[in-house]
Amino acid sequence: MSIKKLGPEELLALDKFSVDEGQPHILVDKAICASCTPQVCLVVCPARCYRLKDGAVNFEYAGCLECGTCRIMCTEKGVTQWNYPRATFGVTFRCS
Amino acid sequence: MADDKYDAIIVGAGPAGSACAYTLAKRGKNVLLLERGNAAGSKNVSGGRLYTYALELLEPDMYKRAPLQRKIVREQVMLLNERGSTTIDYFDPAFGEQVPQSYSVVRAELDEWFAGEAESHGATVASGVLVDGLIEESGKIVGIRSGADEMRADIVIAADGVNSLLGQKAGLFPDAAPNSVGLGVKETIDLPDNLISARFGVKDTEGAARVAIGCTDGISGGAFLYTNKGSISIGIVFNLVEAAKQKRQVQDIFQDFKMHPAIQPLIEGGTSVEYGAHLVPELGYNGIPKRLHREGFLVIGDAAKFGINTGLIIRGMDLAIVSGLAAAQAVLETNSPSQTGELYMKQLERLLLTANQRAYQNFHNIFEISRIFSAYPNLANDAMQFLFTVDGKTPKPMLSGLYGAVKRNVTLGQLASDGWKAFRSL
Repeated sequence: MSIKKLGPEELLALDKFSVDEGQPHILVDKAICASCTPQVCLVVCPARCYRLKDGAVNFEYAGCLECGTCRIMCTEKGVTQWNYPRATFGVTFRCS
Repeated sequence: MADDKYDAIIVGAGPAGSACAYTLAKRGKNVLLLERGNAAGSKNVSGGRLYTYALELLEPDMYKRAPLQRKIVREQVMLLNERGSTTIDYFDPAFGEQVPQSYSVVRAELDEWFAGEAESHGATVASGVLVDGLIEESGKIVGIRSGADEMRADIVIAADGVNSLLGQKAGLFPDAAPNSVGLGVKETIDLPDNLISARFGVKDTEGAARVAIGCTDGISGGAFLYTNKGSISIGIVFNLVEAAKQKRQVQDIFQDFKMHPAIQPLIEGGTSVEYGAHLVPELGYNGIPKRLHREGFLVIGDAAKFGINTGLIIRGMDLAIVSGLAAAQAVLETNSPSQTGELYMKQLERLLLTANQRAYQNFHNIFEISRIFSAYPNLANDAMQFLFTVDGKTPKPMLSGLYGAVKRNVTLGQLASDGWKAFRSL
């Protein structure tokens, strides 16, 4: 295999996730996001969990790398709850 | 005393937590080491290089048992512009003699081994346990909560990483500010050992560590490459405040770096096997919270924001281990819990962690010189291009050619003010 530029889905597909269905460890208030202009989450989330969908910020916790960037960088306090996933869930790094 | 009361509960089985648990267990303490991942290391990402002295402080020759990757004998600094690169390559085999200075490491292996070392001395290691909160009684921390379970101890030691939710819950410090942490992203790329050794000019047990600037779209930050056994770790650490001010996704900037004409041949033929991200303490001495303890509670490792980054030297795991040792020695020194916190601070001094942090106290200011991340790497490459160009035309005089390279990238005023700022940061 040769080295190539990987897109967001390809990067996350490298990792092992166990998604806690229906139990998001991060809660985002969509009303706050709707009035937010900086929307820095779109740029700084290394997993691209925050993306624009029909003009609005959409958050998906499934591919979260649990780094904490969104909690620290959200300027409008739209990230209303930030926890680690419950035990045994989330990402499992095997060779980092 | 209840049957299930421990001498110490340590939250987080990274290098800080395991170093602490190892030292306490070895001295006969009843220790519980909790890890939220399914195994120690499974939630951790680092560059990563470990400076060996820290393991030696725990126990002489301990590094010989550790699952280390390659001993670093080649230090490389790369200045990139859009098409090319200038690399400084420092080779010193003495870095590999007697006790080698540093090794590349893979955290999933290192952390699991380290927790196992603590376990072999009698520490109870429980993985897959997320600590949700602290138990406080009469103003003291007396234990932790995990779901419906409560566990008690004379002291709770938070080694819960850079986000340290426990340190915040204990009221020791507020959440990290945007300027206090950097965002590291990293890909692990499998590559046969013979290719790694040939491309980096090292023997199969030896390795190279490379840092690179000029590859972050002008954002304060830098890239790294570490050679492991059968893999390469490649990534970038970004200043988050500056990353947030521009419009390109950090992933895209990272992937462009990976495909840079001077980088891609180093990893070509490899297979990407993992992608990770992690925050790193960025401010060095000035980023360490004023309070790292209260009665019944200590904070160690990344949670205490220990870290040193000179651009050339990037340290975190070694400081984590030293702080874990400091906490353990403080616990061993006294039977009076109200004394432990102050003793911990004294141990940080005695083990020279504080002196190490203080030595680079002002160094972080150098990264405020934004031209380091684009104009100066460009200047270096322009100067090299002039020096190495042969095309049969009458060459420019040496001085005017070099001055031309400077002038194209910075003004003399900028050069003087940056030079002064750099001088004051040292």
